[in-house]
Amino acid sequence: MNRIQELFARRGVKSIFASLLSIVIGLFIGLLLLFGFNAPYAVGGFFKILNTGFSSAYNFSKVLYQAAPLILTGLSVGFAFKTGLFNIGASGQYTMGAFFGLVAAIQFQLPWYVAVLAAMIGGAVWGLFPGLFKALFNVNEVITSIMFNWISLFLVNLLLANMPMMLANYWGAANPDRTASVATANSNALIPTLGLDKLLHSDYMNISIFLAIGVAVICYIILNKTTFGYELKACGYNRNASVYAGINAKRNIVLSMVIAGALAGLGGAISYLNGPVQYVIKKEILMMGFNGIPVALLAAANPIGIIFSGFFISYIQIGGNALQPEFSSEIINIIIAAIIYLSAVSLLIKELITRILRKKKKEELEALDQNGEGVAK
Amino acid sequence: MSEYIIEMIDITKEFPGVKANDDITLQIQKGEVHALLGENGAGKSTLMSVLFGLYQPDQGHIKIDGQPVEIRNPNDANALHIGMVHQHFKLVECFTVLENIILGVEPNDLGFLKKKEAREKVVSLSEKYGLSVDPDAVVSDITVGMQQRVEILKMLYRDNDILIFDEPTAVLTPQEINELMEIMRQFADEGKSILFISHKLNEIMAVADRCTVLRRGKCIGTVNTDDTTVEELSRMMVGRDVSFSVEKSETEIGDTVLSVRNMTASGASKKEAVRDVSFDVRGGEILCIAGIEGNGQSELIYALTGLDKINQGKVELCGQDITRATIRNRSKSGMSHIPEDRHKYGLILDFSLEQNLVLERYWQPEFQSRGFIKDGAVRQYAEGLIEKYDIRSGQGPVTDTRSMSGGNQQKAIVAREIDKNPELLVAVQPTRGLDVGAIEYIHKQLVAQRDAGKAVLLMSLELDEVMDVSDRILVMYEGEIVGEFDPDTTTVDELGLYMVGAKRQQAYQQKEAKA
Repeated sequence: MNRIQELFARRGVKSIFASLLSIVIGLFIGLLLLFGFNAPYAVGGFFKILNTGFSSAYNFSKVLYQAAPLILTGLSVGFAFKTGLFNIGASGQYTMGAFFGLVAAIQFQLPWYVAVLAAMIGGAVWGLFPGLFKALFNVNEVITSIMFNWISLFLVNLLLANMPMMLANYWGAANPDRTASVATANSNALIPTLGLDKLLHSDYMNISIFLAIGVAVICYIILNKTTFGYELKACGYNRNASVYAGINAKRNIVLSMVIAGALAGLGGAISYLNGPVQYVIKKEILMMGFNGIPVALLAAANPIGIIFSGFFISYIQIGGNALQPEFSSEIINIIIAAIIYLSAVSLLIKELITRILRKKKKEELEALDQNGEGVAK
Repeated sequence: MSEYIIEMIDITKEFPGVKANDDITLQIQKGEVHALLGENGAGKSTLMSVLFGLYQPDQGHIKIDGQPVEIRNPNDANALHIGMVHQHFKLVECFTVLENIILGVEPNDLGFLKKKEAREKVVSLSEKYGLSVDPDAVVSDITVGMQQRVEILKMLYRDNDILIFDEPTAVLTPQEINELMEIMRQFADEGKSILFISHKLNEIMAVADRCTVLRRGKCIGTVNTDDTTVEELSRMMVGRDVSFSVEKSETEIGDTVLSVRNMTASGASKKEAVRDVSFDVRGGEILCIAGIEGNGQSELIYALTGLDKINQGKVELCGQDITRATIRNRSKSGMSHIPEDRHKYGLILDFSLEQNLVLERYWQPEFQSRGFIKDGAVRQYAEGLIEKYDIRSGQGPVTDTRSMSGGNQQKAIVAREIDKNPELLVAVQPTRGLDVGAIEYIHKQLVAQRDAGKAVLLMSLELDEVMDVSDRILVMYEGEIVGEFDPDTTTVDELGLYMVGAKRQQAYQQKEAKA
């Protein structure tokens, strides 16, 4: 008992537990919703959410495929968050990353690593502008980055419509509304699979999940072990004090947004430099960037935590897709939203845990007192 | 009818690891000004939170007018006519004075505000007690002193009989403090009961009838102020004798360390807050800049330390021109800065203590190699400073800075700034909000810097501090230096005349400018 109490007394453990608790409660709310919408199928649907991801190697490969960009957009949001910035523009940076990556791959026929680099530059540029506006003119980064989301969407659509070589019909396919399959146009630009595709019998599978995890570890090291990370966090927690200490806060704000953009851009590249996936010209902002926000929040912006929360969000999204036709797949978004709300009140949950523990301890002491053995407190 | 209006009897309140209140009894008579004295962390705030129902005591009970009561939340306290002026005001900045006063108890007809009625009550109250306020002024536009009057009016508007003032004088000018004291006496004469929380002994002696002293969560005793002395109170509060006068020996005045010539700076507002200021600070002396708040001292410091731009003029530190230097370069050239607002500038409260202790040095080779912070070196350095400067905290180097007491937070800043071994130490109100023990400590540190031949530039609003610590005094009025004084040959009253602009030494500016 005491060992458990000591474990919970540690701050990190408490936040992990709070996040897990909010996941459980959120899933329970999801179950209630399923009962509300279509009761006879509710239990079956609930188990689909819980086990689809692991039900087959193919489904698991899709969980991993989707988890990689989620982790990266989550890192993008989380990294900026540590510097006190709310990067709601991950979606636009992701879009620009996808575009730069695809242009490098298809238009210029470059190998995958160059395409990935190009994507990071594209995302970085899209993070640079809100960063500059914030640092130089103190314009709120939320507003500029939302606008940049829309600018990127229509800019990319406009450019793609005028780049015939980029589109699928140039390469012999029927549809002119999407980019060419990278597998057809330039198989050198596909993210390497290292045989993982054979292992899981899925052409979605490649090394991108390992790239994402590696990047998360690098982010963790930057934030916690380097002077640069120290400066970034200092600016995030208290900009006045960091200026007082001689830290160049403006430079750090810009750099933080540039890095956040590059992370989201990398996410865009690994989403689309993949065999079965094509970029479809739509008039809707890509949700991947916004889904990075819950990923980051659920992990309290901790890069290592983001690996797990990205995997989790991806997992229940794949489960949610399997809910059709009995339920609409959007129900999974409601569940995710519920979990995020709950993790936002995770502070309260943490407090609750503390209180329960304290009460237990007190009861134990009292019990000891009554037995006349309460000497060593 | 009981002798006491409020009785808090045998109150004990425990938090994990600390007994914040240990068997404390506080009894307040009707119509008296009762002071509650104690160092930071002695348990004053906890006791007040218990009275306001924010915390439930583990043991003990509260009686109002002899009747036992249970106070579960602030509304219960309000219903018992207990009101409080918090140290940090609880005002809605963008509301008018009137709107703030009626907030929560708005007189209304079916939800429609009856502002006229409210205004009449507020105006009559403010006239009755001489608490002049403009009911239609927006709170963010009025002075701190006036904001405090708004808080007092809030209590009066609610017909509170028990008025609690939590360190009310910390933010006021000497004149405003006198006014407040008179108002408090007036309330008491009318039969209201005042609880005055403070650690300023002179104020307690001046205004309070009785005083209860807390130390480390325990009640040390309650004394009549007529029967005691400042020395005795401070001994009760700190637990040992405290020296009030600062001991200084003669030192050699060294070379000029800081030289400021014809400096003009504007600060945050557009107007010229600092106008054509020239002065020198030399090694081995403490130069003090005195003045009433808002006469350009803060802007002068911001400009000197690099937090704001200098519009005109020239600043040299040890012969180097630093007029346009970055903050980091000023620091490298030997400037240390104990800032006015330790929470806004001095510390990153979400960092641990050790991270704050290296805030200006983390980039030095001692603490990093190739961009990676040497955790071991930081820990070792922090432990050294904690020991050397007696910084007390719950968990040593890894303590959350936010959880530390104000005095120890300030000690951490002082340790960080002095340990840089600066040629010039700029200390801005370094003892603000601290208790006598910590003040004594910080004054000693300043004097030690001077004795080591370093230059110290002290800005203070407390005239006692100015007179005690400094070797030379400059008075600022409306952005200009209006006089230079030797603390041994001048008086507080003389300084006061210059501070309010009634007198000025014409010769001063020209003399320094030529030098």
